[in-house]
Amino acid sequence: MKTKETKKMNDYDVEQLIGQVLRYGVLLSGSVAVIGGIWYLYQQGSGMPHYTKFSGEPAGYTSFSGIYRGLLTGSATEIIQLGVVILIATPIIRIIFSLISFILERDKLYIIITAIVLAIILFSMFGGLAI
Amino acid sequence: MTILTFTIILLLGAYLAGLAGSLTGLGGGVVIIPLLTLFFHVDIRYAIGAALVASIATSSGSASAYVKEGITNIRLGMFLEIATTAGAVLGAILAIYTPVNLVAILFGVMLIFSAAMTLRKKHEGALLEGSKLSYQLKLNGSYPSKEGVIDYKLKNVGAGFSIMTVAGMLSGLLGIGSGALKVLAMDTAMKVPFRVSTTTSNFMVGVTAAASAVVYLQRGYIDPGIAFPVIIGVLAGAFTGSKLLMKIDVKKLKLIFSIAITLIALNMIYNGFHHKF
Repeated sequence: MKTKETKKMNDYDVEQLIGQVLRYGVLLSGSVAVIGGIWYLYQQGSGMPHYTKFSGEPAGYTSFSGIYRGLLTGSATEIIQLGVVILIATPIIRIIFSLISFILERDKLYIIITAIVLAIILFSMFGGLAI
Repeated sequence: MTILTFTIILLLGAYLAGLAGSLTGLGGGVVIIPLLTLFFHVDIRYAIGAALVASIATSSGSASAYVKEGITNIRLGMFLEIATTAGAVLGAILAIYTPVNLVAILFGVMLIFSAAMTLRKKHEGALLEGSKLSYQLKLNGSYPSKEGVIDYKLKNVGAGFSIMTVAGMLSGLLGIGSGALKVLAMDTAMKVPFRVSTTTSNFMVGVTAAASAVVYLQRGYIDPGIAFPVIIGVLAGAFTGSKLLMKIDVKKLKLIFSIAITLIALNMIYNGFHHKF
């Protein structure tokens, strides 16, 4: 009985930790987007939007390396994209935390299930599906 | 219209989208797509990118609040995420071969379905006896309530899993969270109590959207000029919504919102058939 209770406590702690991570991830993403957004408006605010026709974005901010290069030059659009990437990362980080908690619980079935979910997401990242 | 005015109006629109999305449980994406396409005449592909960003923002933003209450069934969510993420990746591949008009029509149909789902009767009771698979997969759980801890069991695991694959595919194709389909799979098929299915669905929406968002980011669907007002607006709106949710009765609001959404959906379908995208 006692072991069961400590296990429940761990579950609860991990959940609390995940909640914190999500909160900070979302806050960080929002702050980065605000900074990039103000910088972007300062540079291009008086221009005209061009969204009626889809052109596919320039290579600069559609890849991780492109975003990284843009960040080094202080480009506003790449700073915003960094905020987007942080936002996309929050649910993925949540999966990783769940994987760790299942490993701590030695729940083999759910270690495998979580690993499959993570593998599918990694496949969509690096599987060359962009074309 | 300059970029500055575009940004300010979009920021306000995204705020309302996040607010309405969190109050009704539909998520931010469903309002963002019509706002961008019908009002701003933005290409639907940019709108899909923006909706994915909005879905993740609402999911992660409100998940931190829900997790505290300890009612999300992480095992159930994780198991079903195999279906939704695989479906989402498939949907993102299908998107290349799907004409934009068809995407708009599908989106309209999905909106009407979502509107109907917000008004349905909720499944409150907990099953006492689950199916064999629910025990083998350790999907049964419990949640705290005013009357104490309530244990619940599930059934129709296979049917739930299949609906989730479709939900994931539509979410990958349309950029929305497909929260309504996710709740349908858990409530109606698997008999998960309403409080558990709503929060678990919210947990899954973020993960499903992330799976296809990575693909769409690389394809250039996510434009920084649209993304930043959407992120900021939806996050602020969802935050206000979660505070308001405790104080107001959302019944009437849901009805008004469902009617509004149905009208928007008919507009999207009409435009889709007349090749206005």
